[in-house]
Amino acid sequence: MRIARIGAQALSVALVAGLLALLVWKVAHQVGDSTVASDLRDGKQPAAPAFTLPRLDTGARLESSSLKGKVQVLNFWASWCVPCRDEANLLQSASSAWRSRGVVVLGVDHQDLSSDARAFMRHYGLKYAVVRDTGDKLYARYGATGVPETFCVNRDGKVVAHVPGAVTRDTLDSCIQGALES
Amino acid sequence: MHPGRARVVALLAALLLAPAAAASERHPTQSELESEVVCPACHTTLDQSSSAIARRMKSFIAARIRAGDTKSEIEDKLVAQFGQAVLAKPATHGFDLLAWVLPIAGLLAGAAVLGVAAWRWSRGAPPERPAAARPPLDPELERRVDEELARFE
Repeated sequence: MRIARIGAQALSVALVAGLLALLVWKVAHQVGDSTVASDLRDGKQPAAPAFTLPRLDTGARLESSSLKGKVQVLNFWASWCVPCRDEANLLQSASSAWRSRGVVVLGVDHQDLSSDARAFMRHYGLKYAVVRDTGDKLYARYGATGVPETFCVNRDGKVVAHVPGAVTRDTLDSCIQGALES
Repeated sequence: MHPGRARVVALLAALLLAPAAAASERHPTQSELESEVVCPACHTTLDQSSSAIARRMKSFIAARIRAGDTKSEIEDKLVAQFGQAVLAKPATHGFDLLAWVLPIAGLLAGAAVLGVAAWRWSRGAPPERPAAARPPLDPELERRVDEELARFE
């Protein structure tokens, strides 16, 4: 009887310790409260999160390190999003117009069917690189809350501007200028 | 219920449910998949959402059912497109396996505790110790008890 009681107590302690370990693991691994968007709101210029994501057009993996030293315009979008259609031509024009100054537009397709996204790219003649953020990890690290949202990264890899919602020519130019000048 | 009879009932239930599960795997219906797949933008199951992405996902599922895909194949394609969180049920491997194991382990542990408690209760209270084993009453206390009892007679 005594052995059974000790066994039950040991089992209870092990169960509580296991649940505690789970809690610690969850807290240690969850995305923190701080995101790129929240840091920008606090007046900081956070480092752009690193990523390796598959390209929508070729399937090859694109590493953020390959964009080092360039001004980046990261645009989160999805084919089903109506405002994304409104800004698609602007982004393509900006990609061509600013390329000579070392500016790279990068589309991040998010919560979307890849076939729909490819059709969208063909329809709007998008020539810039687009990656797939399956699982929304990059989206969460940037702290985006919808689509479209655009972030501008300067040559030092710091995020300096955020445009929630569809960009206009003015907001896009201002975002890029800010990244070029910072 | 007799243990042998319980085993027969469990076996019959398994035999009855297995063909239904196999049929669901081979020929999934639109409604069952819509109730098991989550809209990534609104975080409800597809059958409760009419958002743009939910409508596209419903069309995708309908097309895959028409193409003859099994339920697992459709789910795998959706996971490849949207990540594991697109499935309302947690995965049966890796860390998500805990979501299946812990409730069952909890139920088993609870049943074990109840079983042990019931077994102990069924044994009843321990037998009363014989009078000889009890310590004698204090003479003064015994006298007062006798007096009190005498008042009630």
